[in-house]
Amino acid sequence: MGRFKVKKQDMFIDMTPMSDVMVLLLTFFMLTATFVKDEPVKVNTPGSVSEIKIPEQNLLTITVNPEGKVFLGMDSPQNMEKLANKMKDNGSLDLTPQELQVFKDVPMLGTPIDYVKGWLANENRNSMLSDAKAGIPCDSVTDELKVWVGNAREALGEGEKMRIAIKADKETSYEVIKHVMNSLRSIDENRYNLITSLAGEDK
Amino acid sequence: MAQLETGGDQGNSKQKKMNARVDFTPMVDMIMLLVTFFMLCTTLLKPQTMEIAMPSDKEDLKDEDKSQVKASEAITVIIDENNTIYYFEGKPGEDVALTPTQYGSEGIRKVLLTKNARAMAQVEALKKEYSTKEVNEKTKAEYKEKLSEIRNGKKIGADGKAIPTPTVVIKPSDKASYKNLIDVLDEMQICNIGKYVIDNFTDDDQALVDAAKGGAQ
Repeated sequence: MGRFKVKKQDMFIDMTPMSDVMVLLLTFFMLTATFVKDEPVKVNTPGSVSEIKIPEQNLLTITVNPEGKVFLGMDSPQNMEKLANKMKDNGSLDLTPQELQVFKDVPMLGTPIDYVKGWLANENRNSMLSDAKAGIPCDSVTDELKVWVGNAREALGEGEKMRIAIKADKETSYEVIKHVMNSLRSIDENRYNLITSLAGEDK
Repeated sequence: MAQLETGGDQGNSKQKKMNARVDFTPMVDMIMLLVTFFMLCTTLLKPQTMEIAMPSDKEDLKDEDKSQVKASEAITVIIDENNTIYYFEGKPGEDVALTPTQYGSEGIRKVLLTKNARAMAQVEALKKEYSTKEVNEKTKAEYKEKLSEIRNGKKIGADGKAIPTPTVVIKPSDKASYKNLIDVLDEMQICNIGKYVIDNFTDDDQALVDAAKGGAQ
């Protein structure tokens, strides 16, 4: 009788410590998980063998869609705020406090500087990024990209080095990439990252 | 009486004990799934990147930063529309003809590998040397340093002279796509070429491409 009881108890494995550990792990991964921001502009990056991971902090992403429109985003709302304040100091863009609140949280911006205010006031600003007027002008005539990037660099200051990443679609014409590169070169930014997705060697 | 009571107590307590135990197995199952999901999410979503340094257009470049490319070590890759790619060896400006080739291991990679055979052999040897050593921060750093030494043609050979490596000039035309550019930059990495530049596509290059197209038709 006694033996039988002992056996029965052994059958029941105590899962409590395991679930404790699991919950801890789960919390850890949930907190560290960085989700992809909802990107209004979708790009399909080309594959490459490169295995360098992208830096996380102080990253300025220049997105170029297949039609050759240029967009710009920063990694955190704090940095977006710094950028807006710097633009205000330099007199390129004067946002009201309300507009600043909206500006902080936009995942990506991509309008000529003159239209930024109107764009921020519009409710469906994310869908506006896909129409014809969108895109930061970045050709030899009007180069606003260098204004943005230059201000962002100043805003982040010397201590925190800003990294620039170019994220372009597979089908983007090199002509636009060339304009972007020339624009970066003109403000003396010669090191940047090209975002790719991982692919095998023979693809 | 007393015995009976204790017996009844025992029975009761046993039942209670059984009820107090909650079966955690389904919960653990579910949490495991969630953990796996989050683990995969965190590692897979981070995009890859390739670092690139472009030459500055400032005029006050120091002489030591400028590197003269020997004609025998130069190779120019021209990327044109519709995934076509051409290359020529030697100095641009001289009387050269373009050779059409294609992307992938059979085309441009073969060309670059034969051109860079010496460096490739050294990289292989280096890999072999370090495959037996234990992996730690120090050996990793050493390996990286030696690899870049070979790639940039700074490694001193047995004859006391630096072993030259080819320099690749990449000229994408305006009609080339971004994928083409990345593919070519990828080849640089696969073929262990340390010295490459992206240059502007000029009218001369267009003339060369036209001549090559005319020849092929």
